[in-house]
Parts: sequence; C-alpha cells; structure tokens
Amino acid sequence: MVEYLLMKIFRALVTVTLIVSAAFVVLRLSGDPAIIILGPEAPPEAFEAFRRNWGLDQPIWVQYLKYFAAVFQGDLGVSMRDGRSALEVVSERIPLTLAITLPALFLKLCIGLPAGVTAALYRNSWVDRLIMMLSVAGFTVPSFVLGLVLAMVFAVWLGWLPSGGSDTWAHAVLPTVTMGLVGAAVIARFTRSAMLEVLGQPYIRTASAKGLLWRDVVRTHALPNAAIPTLTIIGFLVGSLVAGAVVVESVFSWPGVGRLLVNAVANRDLAVVQVILLLVGLTMVGANLAVDILYGMVDPRLRIKRLKAGS
Amino acid sequence: MTLETAPGLEPATPANTSGSVFTAKNRVQAFFEAWPPLVLIALFWIALIAVLVVGAMWIAPYDFMALDLRARLIPPVFMGGSWAHPLGTDELGRDVLSRLIVSIRISMVIAFLSTMIAAVLGVTLGFLAAYFRGRVEQVILMLIDAQAAMPFMIIALAVLAFLGSSLFLFTVLMGFYGWERIARISRGLAISANERGYATAVRDLGATPYRIYSRHILPNIASTLIVSLTLNFPEVILLESGLSFLGLGVQPPMTSLGNMVGYGRDYIQSAPWIMLAPSAAIVLTTLSISILGDWLRDKFDPTLD
Amino acid sequence: MSELLKVRDLKRHYEVHVPQGLFGRKASLKAVDGVSFSIEKGKTLGLVGESGCGKSTTAKLVLGLIPATAGSVEFAGTPVTAKHDARWRALRRRMQMIYQDPLGALDRRLPVVTQIGEPFEIHNPEMSRVERTERASGLMNAVGLRPDQAMRYPHELSGGQRQRVVIARALALEPDLLVCDEPVSALDVSIQAQVLNLLDDLRERTGFAALFISHDLKVVRQMSDRVAVMYLGRIVEAGLPEDVFLRPQHPYTKALVSAIPTPARRGKRERIVLEGDPPSPVDVPPGCAFHTRCPIAQPSCRNTVPQLVSSGGHAVACHLVNDGAATAVQAAE
Repeated sequence: MVEYLLMKIFRALVTVTLIVSAAFVVLRLSGDPAIIILGPEAPPEAFEAFRRNWGLDQPIWVQYLKYFAAVFQGDLGVSMRDGRSALEVVSERIPLTLAITLPALFLKLCIGLPAGVTAALYRNSWVDRLIMMLSVAGFTVPSFVLGLVLAMVFAVWLGWLPSGGSDTWAHAVLPTVTMGLVGAAVIARFTRSAMLEVLGQPYIRTASAKGLLWRDVVRTHALPNAAIPTLTIIGFLVGSLVAGAVVVESVFSWPGVGRLLVNAVANRDLAVVQVILLLVGLTMVGANLAVDILYGMVDPRLRIKRLKAGS
Repeated sequence: MTLETAPGLEPATPANTSGSVFTAKNRVQAFFEAWPPLVLIALFWIALIAVLVVGAMWIAPYDFMALDLRARLIPPVFMGGSWAHPLGTDELGRDVLSRLIVSIRISMVIAFLSTMIAAVLGVTLGFLAAYFRGRVEQVILMLIDAQAAMPFMIIALAVLAFLGSSLFLFTVLMGFYGWERIARISRGLAISANERGYATAVRDLGATPYRIYSRHILPNIASTLIVSLTLNFPEVILLESGLSFLGLGVQPPMTSLGNMVGYGRDYIQSAPWIMLAPSAAIVLTTLSISILGDWLRDKFDPTLD
Repeated sequence: MSELLKVRDLKRHYEVHVPQGLFGRKASLKAVDGVSFSIEKGKTLGLVGESGCGKSTTAKLVLGLIPATAGSVEFAGTPVTAKHDARWRALRRRMQMIYQDPLGALDRRLPVVTQIGEPFEIHNPEMSRVERTERASGLMNAVGLRPDQAMRYPHELSGGQRQRVVIARALALEPDLLVCDEPVSALDVSIQAQVLNLLDDLRERTGFAALFISHDLKVVRQMSDRVAVMYLGRIVEAGLPEDVFLRPQHPYTKALVSAIPTPARRGKRERIVLEGDPPSPVDVPPGCAFHTRCPIAQPSCRNTVPQLVSSGGHAVACHLVNDGAATAVQAAE
C-alpha cells in the first residue's frame, strides 16, 4: 500500500513537472516575447534592454532552470494587463469560481448519482429511457446554449433572476444550475454504465440466487463495486471545475477564474494564462491523486495486483 | 442512406391486398425494430445537414455578409416576419437563414477535418504502441494519460493564447481532441488482433508490419473505430462552437454556429431568434449524430463504452 | 542425405512470477529445455507429447517466431533467428506453418481466394493480379476446394475446408519445410482423416519436409518418418515409428502407447495408467523429470538427468534402459 501510494505521488510529481515544462516550451514556441510585448516597431535598444532584463539573452537551459526556480518560489510573472503579479490576479478570482462550482458539483452528484443508479436498476423501463434521454440531451446541449435559454426564461421572460453579474447570491443561481445540469448528465450516464457492468457480474447473480433480498444485494454488493469506476469520473469533474466554469462564467458575466482566462486569452496576457494553466494542472493532478488513494482504500484488489505485477 | 430503406415500407401500403394483415404489420414492426424512428429522424437531419454543407452556396438565399440596413431585426416568419427572411435578420440586416447555412457548413467542415486528424493521429500512435510495445508504448501511453488528464478546453485556450487563432491552426487544434481515446482503442484492438491468430498468421507468411496493419488489422477494427469517431464528432462540434462562442475560435467576418450564438446573445431580449436558430442547429446536429453513434455502437460493438 | 533442419540443444525459458510471500518469487518456466533433432529433406518428424510439454513452443522456435534462450536452429545451412527483419521475412518463402485453429489463422474480412494468393502478393509483388488469382485457384483445386468457394469468407466454410485454405496458403510458395502444429486436433474425427490424407498426398507430390506436432499418437504415426516423444520440455524417446510405437523403451512412451485404444490387441496388453498430472514446468523435478510419475522409478532417477542415448537409430533418455546399453556403447567406443 505504501509502495502503491509512493508510486502514485511520484507520478503526480512527474506530471506536474511535465505541465510546468510544457508551459515553458509553449511560451517559447509562441515567438519572441520581446516582440509580443513591445511590438515589432519598438527601437532595437528597447529589445536589448528587455532581453537583458528578463534573462532572455542567456542559454535556453539556464532560462529553463531559472524559470523552474521561479515557479517553485511562486514567482509566476506579471500580468501584462495591469502590471500586478499574475498569481495575485488569479487568486483573487478563485473564491468567486468556487462559489458557483462547489454548489454545482453538489448538484451534479445529487442529481446524477441517483439518476444513474435508478436507470441501471430499472434497465429498459420507461424510467431508464427518460433518464437516458435527458442525459443524452445534457451531453448534446452545449452549456452556453443551456445557460442562454435559462437566462432567457428566468431572467428575460419571468424576471425572477438576474442574467448577469455577481452582486447577490441570486446572481449565482443560474450559473450554478447550468453547470449542475450539464455535469449531472455526465455522471448519470457514467454511473448507469458502471452499475450495469456490476449487475452483469456472476457474483451478483450468485448473491441474489442464494436468497438475499434484491435490495440487500444492491446495497452490499452492487453499489460499492459500482462506486469504484464512478470515483474516476467524479475525480475528473473535481479536477476540471475551472475548465467547466470557463463557458458558463462568460455566459453570465461571472467574474471568476474562467472568465479571467477567456479575457487573458483574448488579450494574450500570457502570464495569467500560464498561472491558470498551472492551477488547473495542479487541481487535476491533486484530484487524480485523491482518487487513486481512495481507490487503494476501497479496492483491496489493487494492492494485490500491484504485488503480483512485482512492482 | 435513408432512401435505401424506403422499399421496406412498401408491403405496408394498402395496395398490398393479397395476404393477411399480420404479415404487413409484422413487416412494419420489423422495419421499425431494425430502424428505430428516432434513428430515422436523426438520419434525416444528418442528410439535411449534409445537403446544406455541400450546397450552401446555392441554397443560401442571400450572401451571408450582405448588409441591409433597411431590414434590421426583422423577426422570423413564425414570429410575425415575412418569407423574404424566413428566420429573420440581425442587427445589421443580415439574413439569419443564410448565415445559419454558412455557419453550419463551416462548423461541420471544421468538425469533420478535425475528427479525421484525430483519427489519423490516434490510429497511427495506437498502432505504433501496439507494434513496438516496450519503451515506445510507454511514451505513447504517457502522452495519452497526459492528454486525458487535462481538460481539453484549457489546453485549447492556452494554445490559442500563445499562438493566436487562424482557421487552419484552429482546425488542427480541434484535431487534437479525442485522439487519445482513438489511440487507446486502436492500441487495444491491435494488441488483441495480434494475439488472435490472423495477424500472426500473416506475419508468418512474411508480410511486412505495414501490410499487416493496413491490410489486415485496420479493416478488422474499422467498425469499432467508425463508431468511436461518430461519438467523437459531436463533441468536436460542441468544443468548436464553445470556443467560437467565447470569441476565440472562428473569427469574423467568417461565421460559425458558436460565433452566431455569441453574437446573438447581445440581442437575447430584443431579437432572441438570432441566438435560437444556431443553438437549435447545434443541439439537433449533435443530438442526431449521438443517437446515430449510440445506435451503431449497440448494433456493431456492444463492448465499447 | 542432407539435413534440411538442424536443431541443437534448443532452450526456451520464461521468466515468471510465482505468487509467494509478500512480493512473489522469480522463477523460470522451462517450456523447452534442451531439445535436439534434425529433419532431412522431404522427411517428416513427428513430435508427440501431452499438452504443455513444449511441442508448440518448439514449433515456434524452429520457425524463429520467438527467440530461443539458448541453442541453435539451422535451416539449410543458415541459422534461423527471431529478429523479424527482411531476411527473416524472405525466409518465410521456404518455411511455413499450419495452425491448430484455422478460423483464427484466417482474416475474416477477406475472401479465401485473396488469402490464398496473399503469399504471392508478399513475395512476388510483380505478379499480375490475374496470374495470382489463377495460381490461387490452382491451389484451391489442389487442396480439394471447389472453385465456387473462392469468394467465400472463412466463417462460411466448414472447419475442414478452412484448414484446406490454410494448407493451400502455406504451400503457395512451395516451401521446403512445413511445420504443422496440431493441424487436425480442432477438426471432427471424420474430417481429420481427409485432411491428413491431403497432407500426405501433397507431401508426396511437392516433397516438402515437415515437423508434425500432435498429441495424438495415431496421427503422428501415420504421418511421420521419424518420431520424437516429448515430456516437460525434453525429448525422452526418438526413433522410427515402428520402433517407438511397437517397442517403446521409455516408461512414459510405454504408458502413452498402452493408452491407444486398439481393438485387435485388447486384453493382450495391460494399460499403464499414469498417476497425477505432469508437474508444472516451473518446478521441474530434479533428475529425471518423469520420476514423480514413473511406475518403475529408482532412487537414482531423482539425482541425475538422463541423457538421450541412441542405439541403432532408437534413442531413449532413461537411466533404467540406458544403464546397460550406455556402458555397452561406451565400451564399443
């Protein structure tokens, strides 16, 4: 178990290093930062000074190492837009994003898990068909369309809720619901197929053949086993909270990290983009690591498998 | 595709007076069991979209960029407009139907090309992993894991931030969506094909790896790959329209479905049709292709998730 | 007589993990453990043994499909390696294989005539499509398939017909050596005889040499010029079919032969029933591998591995048989 955890942590660290390096490579690939920032018409002396200031005249591996050192000291550059530290610009937006994504996550789980389990238990019934139809709809309706339709109905026509901004809690309702509904569709579909897979296993038939109440079979055998694959998708959803918020925050003019990212991309504010990239990368890696640890605790087979593979 | 199935309906027509009603009924039933109505509707819509993509230039009643300031914000025909602009016009008097048709064309072409790129990339890398095993396979699996671990939206945004957007770059970028799933599937299928006898047998005949993979393994796994591409396609449409909606994908004066929604969003109160028409097109198209993909999967490959 | 195939001390060991203790234990599975034989041009060597004794692994080693751990395979004077390069592929013209499962060995998406013609496509790419189809049709005729079956797909043919397709494909380039790995064991008994007769006919006509592998002694006896009996990765007895099957020396061969149901000799010979399963090739018993099941094992059998000792073309690896004979051979030298 310890070995398994250490390996997972090691892999997580490797992934983080890769993400940081990828950001560096892409940053360099995107062209000469001096030209991007100063513009091609700047005088040559300005270029010289800029390059010396930022260490761009040094060999690439020195730049790489310095970059690494800076990243791990939390020095992630300055936002080209307003001259403040990029890290600060991003971190002040994080609470706003969490304010809508965490309730949305809760909503996703509350709708998605029961819906998926119900659909699987009543496979091919009208309940299953209805849930799956809604789930397919959730997959195929883009979140910006759903968001705009909700805004049209509840803000424009009914006038119950504001359609944009972040002044009161009421402003958070529509973005939260939009994200929650789309995510619930994903979870429902995944839970259903995980559950069906488990229900098809011989041990379920054995358990029900030996006379256990079906309710107990589901509770003690099916649900815990179906929980294992479902954990993966939940981990992914937790890790991609920011990514999921990008579109929805833009639809509802919610000033979170997602909207900041869109603006930063539009303005090519590379330092801010990079910080958000690292933020997303770290949450993904963290969520995956958490899922792996939970896996190890929930599924004793994993530990044994590791041992059998001899690693 | 839909038309071929039409003859199956014939026995059900009243002209069939010869035999019992049951045969006719059973045939109708059998027909709809083989071709569920939902799938037929989906196929019909896809066919319509295909016609629009091919014939956009002839079908669109107006030039999609033509301004007509005297005919601004005309509602569509079912909201009190006229047949001159069946889906109304936008703030600059541009015909929404014409813009919609051109947008569909651009969005579909991008999604199609991107899916092809993802297919070629995924199949090539998957096959390389299956063929070389060992270290090459480890590297490819690592790439797959890395791609799967990051939400593609974020990667796409980062690349667009660093490299800027052009139609070509954007299409190639979309082509990186889903390659990892296809690579994973092709690798798995190729490995199991290698373990099954036929690939080994051909290798034992002295065939080159290229021949084994292109002539034998690829045709054998094609149906599974086509199903997974069909499921990839609508996701690319969603991604493309999402980025274009944010103003980071297809750039004006070009237009795409997401682009139109993004533009129409400012008129959600005064002229909701500008936004609703492309939204409906996105939803119906992705829904149709998903239904078709699910149906194909159930029919040909129940093992694929 | 020239030796077409020469196999010397061939070994194939697999590294395996045995679940034991906390981390398991590394062990080596000796699938083939020191096998030597040779096949002359146009002759057939039959290889018999229980499943898991290393017959199929030997076949794959001979063809260079998998690398050997030790030992050598020489085909027509040149070593056979398992590196799948151009030279290896070119060598496929001269050595071919017939598989146990013909359905698995055929591509289910191509009509059989295309598959029979595929060796020409691979090795004679300049051959025209017309000629290729003609040659393939000729081969179909030679293996007893009807012309109207040319465009059929493998799953539309019967098991025997599929095996005929595989045989036709293997013989397309007129190889010098054909390795047949249990070619009829997946077929119905009535079909087995037809396919065996076909192979026998083809061999007479085209004169290929063959390594014929089967667990079925009758089949091997019918097909082979010489026979070798394998047990746990080693050859325990080898010789002419009459010698091996009518005058078996090794206790294992005796037991195998006694198990052949022969109505004529019923009651005359007592059937020797071996006890237990063959030991796992991971834990091959020391000394003579057979001593754990041998009805006449002596304490000495547990210590030294018996060598295959030949006298008059009949070779046996058994202390009890060889002790007398071996000293005699040594004395003669």
